Amino acid sequence: MSDASPSLLRFENVSVTFSGGVTALSGVSFDVRRGQTRIISGAAGSGKSVVLKTAMGLVRPSSGRVFLFDEDVTDKSESEMFAIRSKLGMLFQESALFDSMTVAQNVAYPLLNQKSIQVARDQMEPKVREALRFVELEQTVDKYPSELSGGMRRRVAIARAVVTNPPLLLYDSPTAGLDPITAHTIMALIIKERDANNTTALVVTNRYQDGNLVAHFRYNPVSGRLDPVTGGSTNTVFMVMREGKLVFEGKQEQLESSKDSYIDKFVKRPEKDAA
Amino acid sequence: MLEFLKSPIQAVQDFYGLTGRALRNIARKPLYIDDIFLQMDTIGFGSLPIVVLTGFFSGAVMALQLGKELQTYGQTGRTGQAVSVILVRELGPVLTAVMVAGRNSSGIASEIGSMKVTEQIDAMRALGTDPVQKLVTPRLVATAIMLPCLTVIDDFIGIFGGWVIYELVYAMPSLQYWTMAWTALGWSDVVQGLLKPFLYSFPVSLVGCYYGLGASGGTQGVGRATTQAVVWASVIIFVLNLFIGKIFVSGAASL
Repeated sequence: MSDASPSLLRFENVSVTFSGGVTALSGVSFDVRRGQTRIISGAAGSGKSVVLKTAMGLVRPSSGRVFLFDEDVTDKSESEMFAIRSKLGMLFQESALFDSMTVAQNVAYPLLNQKSIQVARDQMEPKVREALRFVELEQTVDKYPSELSGGMRRRVAIARAVVTNPPLLLYDSPTAGLDPITAHTIMALIIKERDANNTTALVVTNRYQDGNLVAHFRYNPVSGRLDPVTGGSTNTVFMVMREGKLVFEGKQEQLESSKDSYIDKFVKRPEKDAA
Repeated sequence: MLEFLKSPIQAVQDFYGLTGRALRNIARKPLYIDDIFLQMDTIGFGSLPIVVLTGFFSGAVMALQLGKELQTYGQTGRTGQAVSVILVRELGPVLTAVMVAGRNSSGIASEIGSMKVTEQIDAMRALGTDPVQKLVTPRLVATAIMLPCLTVIDDFIGIFGGWVIYELVYAMPSLQYWTMAWTALGWSDVVQGLLKPFLYSFPVSLVGCYYGLGASGGTQGVGRATTQAVVWASVIIFVLNLFIGKIFVSGAASL
């Protein structure tokens, strides 16, 4: 059923080589359909973040084609990409909040600077507050990023990514370096965004429980908590990267049944933990 | 065989590319006026104390040394002339630019470099802003406006420093000093003295931006970018100074 959904992001044999001859991606192909959440895992330097940056047009492929919303963006100029990027939201690895701006200014930044997004001045503050309320940090509007904890910074960065209501979200290691409780809060926000606004997402993470949470839980708007999915399933696809190549793409059951020793390292099973 | 030349040629090409984009953006919208004023305050007003201090002491030491040498020929009265010509033509613009480069090229490189390694530059692009438009052009415009102003202040304070020594050490008449200092200057000196800081504003601002935007490898990379920015901005100022000086000297000789 998901295959019939429109394609939001498509990589066709994409390779990325940086100056100095370092190959970051090698022949990567995949197709993200509307409503899907893709969990991308892989060792450090395997090209996970490069996939997201290439999707965003921040890194240009040396070969292959990238399609966003069924439009070939491979050869688009930087100024043409600005309009397309307004339909994407991205959470960067270290949050990448602007140090010199307050939380409110950070969240308002895309509303003020995305040319294709027209927001009336009087609508600006309510939108910023709404986005901050979504991440439960409305009280921090006047604070600077340096005054916030790591987890709060991630949440503000999520607010900045979702304030324009983009249909496609890219999360680069949203839980990396966080304690389990904060990491769970961040993943709950990602699930909440998926279920409340029906967004499509790519989530880079090496924590298997993050993917597990996305695949098996839904946001309950009444209780404000995550409930296990009963009957049916979430549209979650797992991808594993290795040395710039996509070595696995499939459902959680396929991932768990994989005999590949590399892929197996990204799967956490009770019997494995016990051993 | 010429492999070793590839990297510096690439760097020069990239630097010219950045300069071209920064200049082109002046005529493009949005022009970040707030950022220009903020940078004018940081680069201009913020550099005032060091410019005043170095200007005063360089003028004073120049008067001290030149007065001593001129005394040999019974020409101590010409100290004001020598101090003002040297300051307005050469030392004022170069010294101010080098001081501002030391303070601001490093500051620009470390600020933009930190933004680069923490992905804030990527975030800016992702959120619809051209980093050159937002970060580089305001710094270039602010430096191009403020460096000539700082140079004029430095020149005056330097001449004032020379007068203090002239008065205290050599006990010569003040009017003679100021008359000599004023009449020694021609229009060509003034043009040279203002054109130089305007041209130096390019290396002072853009070298910092160039190294900042190219920073990689965490805090170590930011430190490296900062050092390189100060070194190369200063070197370019001295190289430019020779070429501009040569143009004016040749021009004066042909008159």
